[in-house]
Amino acid sequence: MRALILALIAVLALATISVFVGVSDVSPLAVLTGTADSRAMEVLMISRVPRTLALILAGASMAIAGLVMQMVVRNRFVEPSTTGTSESAALGFLVVTLLVPGWPLMAKMGVSALFALGGTALFLRVLRAVPLRDVLLVPLVGIMLGGIIGALTAFIAYRANLMASLLAWNMGDFSGVIRGRYELLWLGLVCGVLAYIAADRFTVAGMGKDFTTNLGLNHNHVMVLGLIIVSVVSAVVLVSVGSIPFLGLIVPNLVSLVIGDNMRRTVPWVALGGALMVLICDIAGRLIRFPYEIPIAVVMGVVGSALFLYLLLRTPRHAT
Amino acid sequence: MRSSRPAVVLIGLALLALVSVVLFMTLGAKGNWGFVLGFRGKKLLGLVLVAYAVAVSTLLFQTVTNNRILTPSIMGFDALYVLIKTSVVFFLGVGALVAIDSQIQFLVEVLVMVAFSGLLFRWLFLGEERSLHLLVLVGIIFGVLFRSLSQLMQRMLDPGAFNVLQDTMFASFATTDPTLLGISCVIVVAVSVVGLRLMHTYDVLSLGRAQAINLGVDYKRTVVIILSLVAILVSVSTALVGPVTFFGLLVATLAHSLIGNSKHRYVLPAAILLGIIALVGGQTLLERVFAFDTALSIIIEFLGGVVFIALVLRRSAR
Repeated sequence: MRALILALIAVLALATISVFVGVSDVSPLAVLTGTADSRAMEVLMISRVPRTLALILAGASMAIAGLVMQMVVRNRFVEPSTTGTSESAALGFLVVTLLVPGWPLMAKMGVSALFALGGTALFLRVLRAVPLRDVLLVPLVGIMLGGIIGALTAFIAYRANLMASLLAWNMGDFSGVIRGRYELLWLGLVCGVLAYIAADRFTVAGMGKDFTTNLGLNHNHVMVLGLIIVSVVSAVVLVSVGSIPFLGLIVPNLVSLVIGDNMRRTVPWVALGGALMVLICDIAGRLIRFPYEIPIAVVMGVVGSALFLYLLLRTPRHAT
Repeated sequence: MRSSRPAVVLIGLALLALVSVVLFMTLGAKGNWGFVLGFRGKKLLGLVLVAYAVAVSTLLFQTVTNNRILTPSIMGFDALYVLIKTSVVFFLGVGALVAIDSQIQFLVEVLVMVAFSGLLFRWLFLGEERSLHLLVLVGIIFGVLFRSLSQLMQRMLDPGAFNVLQDTMFASFATTDPTLLGISCVIVVAVSVVGLRLMHTYDVLSLGRAQAINLGVDYKRTVVIILSLVAILVSVSTALVGPVTFFGLLVATLAHSLIGNSKHRYVLPAAILLGIIALVGGQTLLERVFAFDTALSIIIEFLGGVVFIALVLRRSAR
């Protein structure tokens, strides 16, 4: 418990730093003593605070989505970007943007979430065709499926002259976040709380279908609930800030290395860890080439793939 | 009947390739023939070189690693080339890019690529025995890492330098880099000479490491040479059109299933011809018939992904 409070303090500290990093001068001292001019306060309320909130919400909910996915698929190496879920969400968003550009963002997000759900279901269907459940085959098939859906999306975007928008969605970037453009992410928080409430069910489901049925739980219901959570989170994060690769994979793995697999205990850790990771990467991206910034997807791509390689090659005996 | 199948397939493919080439050169051509032929000829040469380089490098890589799923691009080879190129600009400045002759630059990049990939793949393939799925996954993630690192460096460049570099990041068969055509030809011929002299070992190598050593192949030396040839060919194709993930896999898989056996003297030419048909024919079809211009790489990516999943699933079903 004490460690958890320390982690919470770390998140708050980083969040504070995140609020005060930026080109426009906002001094922490002036804000605290109430002497900041109106322009600085405006920057703070319209741009800085929403951005930091978006970072925390997106980081925590993506990490939890990854955790839920790993429990449901019973594989440590899956997350929305290695199962085609993120790519399907992007395809859905593209299709609805092309067909009915006038729909409100909420409706578009709903369609995007439905596509994400469909994509994940397709992934599970393909997996059922694999008789031997090789631990490494599962993410491999997922990545390839994502590649195929991504190519389809690229083709449609290319024909519709939307390549630039597609690149913008696919590259996670918080620089466009202002008040009024991130609030959908609170839905991610709702999903996270839902996952926490159902945590014990997911833990049981993670032990296999027979075991779950033996304990009197409907395995399919738990699966569907998990997939809905994952799809909604992916869609929300995608339409708000773009996709953030590897986040949902790295954080739950690192957490489980330290405190194990009981989801009731790991969810708060995963949420805080996700927020921490995103905050650090975002601050790094903003400082490396100040005053310009590097999108978080690029920073996460480097950090995330390096950590993933470490997880894969750490103990060859476990992986094979 | 059975023994004549490879020959029939090869003749058929050669005819198809010839038709693609003729159509590419003549279809929809208006105005001065001298100009059209010269202009399209350069483009054609670029496409043929790429088809050759990708087909040969993929097949040799599959022979060395003794399986039919891995390709240099799935293992992140061409992402590595882009990373090296980006690092050159990043650390030496865009001034170096302009001041130094592009052909010399290319040679240096190829050398660094061979050294680097040699180290990386020696570590992956010649060390302890690893599972195939682990290798593929590690390769894909290495590709992501290389690409992300390149992107990171590119974001830190100034916009002018970024523009110079950007073209290497997107695969486009419509625009090959004409300044590198000459040197690419020379390199490809040199590689082919070395490759031909090793021709007799390929079939033996594809039996697997233990068998090959048993049959008297100097395994380590041959594998290192072949991996270097592969690295050079990948550099050539990436420098000309940018990274493509699945093209090689598509061509190699088709060649194997058309020829029906795995003798390199049939499969290699078949794969090269298939590559030419796919690139030149596909480009003609898209440009002249459907009027899409750069979508060929996207279509190949899509088809290749489907083939890859099918291969992986079939393999694990056994």
